[in-house]
Amino acid sequence: MEVELLEVREHMSRHAPFDGLSDDLLDELAGRVEVSYFKAGTEILSLDEPLNELLYIRSGAVEIYRRNGDLYNCLGEGDIFGQFSLLRNHRVRFPATAIEDTLIYFVPDEIFQRLCEVDDHFADFVELGRSRLKAVVEEQHKSNDMMITRVRKLLTRKPLLVDVHASVQEAARRMHEENVSSVLVIADPGEEEDPRRTFVDRQGESHTLVGILTDQDMRNRVLAEGLSAATPLGEVVTEALITIQSDESVHEAMLSMLRNNVHHLPVLHRRRPLGVLHLSDIIRYETHSSLYLVSNIFSQPGPKGLARLEPDVRAAFVRMVHEGANSQMVGSALSTIGRSFTRRLLELAEEELGPPPVPYCFMAMGSMARNEQSIVTDQDNALVLDDAFDPAQHDAYFLALAQRVSDGLDACGYTYCKGDIMATNVKWRQPLAVWKRYFSDWIDNPNPEHLLHSSIFFDLDSVYGEEAFAEQLQDLVAEHAARSPLFLAAMARNALNRTPPLGFFRTFVMEKDGKQNNSINLKRRGTAPLVDLIRVHALACGSRAQNSFERLDDIARTQLLPAGTGDKIRYALEFIAMVRIRHQVIDIEEEREPDNNIEPANVSDSERHNLKEAFQVLSNAQKFMKFRYPIPSRGR
Amino acid sequence: MRGAEPDRQRWPEYLRGRASVCKEPRLARYFAAGTLDPQTPIGDATLVALDMETTGLDASRHAIVSIGLVPFTLNRICLAERRYWVVRPPRPLSRESVALHRITHSEVAEAPDLEAIFDDLLAELSGRLAVVHYRHIERPFLNSAIQGRLGEEFKFPVIDTMSLEARIHRQSLWARFRRWLGRPPVSIRLHNSRERYGLPPYQGHHALIDALATAELLQAQVANHYRPETPIGSLWS
Repeated sequence: MEVELLEVREHMSRHAPFDGLSDDLLDELAGRVEVSYFKAGTEILSLDEPLNELLYIRSGAVEIYRRNGDLYNCLGEGDIFGQFSLLRNHRVRFPATAIEDTLIYFVPDEIFQRLCEVDDHFADFVELGRSRLKAVVEEQHKSNDMMITRVRKLLTRKPLLVDVHASVQEAARRMHEENVSSVLVIADPGEEEDPRRTFVDRQGESHTLVGILTDQDMRNRVLAEGLSAATPLGEVVTEALITIQSDESVHEAMLSMLRNNVHHLPVLHRRRPLGVLHLSDIIRYETHSSLYLVSNIFSQPGPKGLARLEPDVRAAFVRMVHEGANSQMVGSALSTIGRSFTRRLLELAEEELGPPPVPYCFMAMGSMARNEQSIVTDQDNALVLDDAFDPAQHDAYFLALAQRVSDGLDACGYTYCKGDIMATNVKWRQPLAVWKRYFSDWIDNPNPEHLLHSSIFFDLDSVYGEEAFAEQLQDLVAEHAARSPLFLAAMARNALNRTPPLGFFRTFVMEKDGKQNNSINLKRRGTAPLVDLIRVHALACGSRAQNSFERLDDIARTQLLPAGTGDKIRYALEFIAMVRIRHQVIDIEEEREPDNNIEPANVSDSERHNLKEAFQVLSNAQKFMKFRYPIPSRGR
Repeated sequence: MRGAEPDRQRWPEYLRGRASVCKEPRLARYFAAGTLDPQTPIGDATLVALDMETTGLDASRHAIVSIGLVPFTLNRICLAERRYWVVRPPRPLSRESVALHRITHSEVAEAPDLEAIFDDLLAELSGRLAVVHYRHIERPFLNSAIQGRLGEEFKFPVIDTMSLEARIHRQSLWARFRRWLGRPPVSIRLHNSRERYGLPPYQGHHALIDALATAELLQAQVANHYRPETPIGSLWS
């Protein structure tokens, strides 16, 4: 009689990677297990001995070592080991010793290999070659509809095309007839010579896409300005056209609307317009409130109204994560929201203080500049002023401006920067020439203070005002840093200050020295050191990108990293960032103040395994970096 | 029944004697194969953990309901070779025993008589040293059942993990000292014994799971208190 070995089966079914197996496979697995007891202190696997079984810890605790004797991992109930040997040469790579009285279930290789074949989840979990992190991250993407749905699927009708010479009244009449809220304005290619905008329609006729006119434009640019109904479209059309390709994802379309603050997005196949995507099309498709939130921010009449939106930001964040957004989507949406607050505060300040006496650029530093903002964030900002700036004459204005923005942001939940990296600090409210001197000095003389500044200010982006100022500074960094081996070596060393833990053991964080902690700050021990090391490589290759993932794209075009390493870093960053985000969502839902800490007790089995792998990626990448950027000898 | 156990040192003689005189062919095969050398190190012995659920504690009045066994060695317990049988006792089940071992009337009603599984059971025990927790159930119940059906005595050496536990925890100087102080003796029941070795709690009173639990317990006892070289003759009873 076949008897279910319930004790064995139930236990294994609760732990990854067995938790995803079918009932039949679990029955078979449980029936084929072999059991052995190991007293505390006994060796379970010794280096290089043949191994033909996967080991599963039913009870007790086991330490795993590296070839050189260093502690590699500490495993407890429900953990597995030995899989690396089974996937390679069937010899023990990592010796193991019981550190408590331990009961091991041995799974025969034959069963192990079969589970790898028939169950993808199982294979992804145990496989080293096809990185587990990669599989997990891709799985998360796959499950996320917005990432794969192409915008053309959201189009419900062809665009309304009207000739540039038609009157606004004609356009309005056509819009009314067709019941649409925008027209695409076209011209004969002979008149408008822009080959990038010339397309051939289905009848074989060539047109040039001139621009777009929306019903809001009708109101603001025609009626409000008192223009006549006979005004030709060419005089009121928006020519700075933001478009999207038809095979881009809905997510891309959303980002484009957010970034450019537009509600209509012409969808093109190559250069031919297929339709116009409206904000409401996306909303209908995916209720997503960060879009509403942004437009809400810009319609607030004062700082108090802005501050009242803080709960909405959190709600949007939670919804986004539940809808399957990945860390890049969350980071970029939160950054856009943060930028919108900043921009609105600047607009309000200018209304009150009057126009600026000299041009300025309000810059964001850190996570906002990288488009990686989290829900737990402080403000890092600075002002770059036109070189015509005269402190005696103008600084009172800019101090007041900075003060209003900084106070406003604090009220909205973007707390004051503890390190005083804010435009209210006179040191960070300087003309462009001074900023250039700062940056050059930091690169030429990399002392600890300068390195700290570099790691903050070299992630920079314009939020409002003269974008060109910020771009000049980005250029300076990109050109100067890549040619300064001493600076790169110093930055590389600086980026090693924060290291990842070894992994988790039961309810503790295992440190490399064997110490155990109750919680871990995933930013300090995970995402921040990854971002730091990506920055160093990005500086070395002269990348102008600010976003860590985009920097990795630039790095991938160089030989700076061994093949495949960049992808590993990307998956590690995405995974750790996502765990952090998920735990923040749990904090918010359980009405706790979200923070960057996670408690290992709240980490699921598979999260634990994947985090361990991600930490390992970080640790290896840090080791590599030390050798990649050696300190140049001064004698030469 | 206790008085009828052969002396620990005399198991080989008993088994050889029974093999030569036994008329029942199935038992004769068992006795012929079961001559184990008492000098065999426990680390080399082929073992089989055995457990049964019964309708009560008295072999003369109660009957076997289920039998579970798991072949093993000091290194490995082979679940793939496990066996489990439910058998129909000659007398109906009482309500109390159903509550204890969870084998229901209907399961038993469809089960075969013990005799139908003798061949299989004896083949599994042949050439292996049985390991039980509390030998005063398994051995007398099997003896009584076989005597009743085959007309011959059936006795065999066993390692009793409960008596090993008693030796370790009840007969030590510390145990006697505790007793002298009037402290209750440590429990040597299967569950409590396992706990002392860090073995996980199992749902008890299922013959197969209890057999597995007993096998694990013996591995733990040897790892902690004996050596693989310990001869089986000093462990069996």
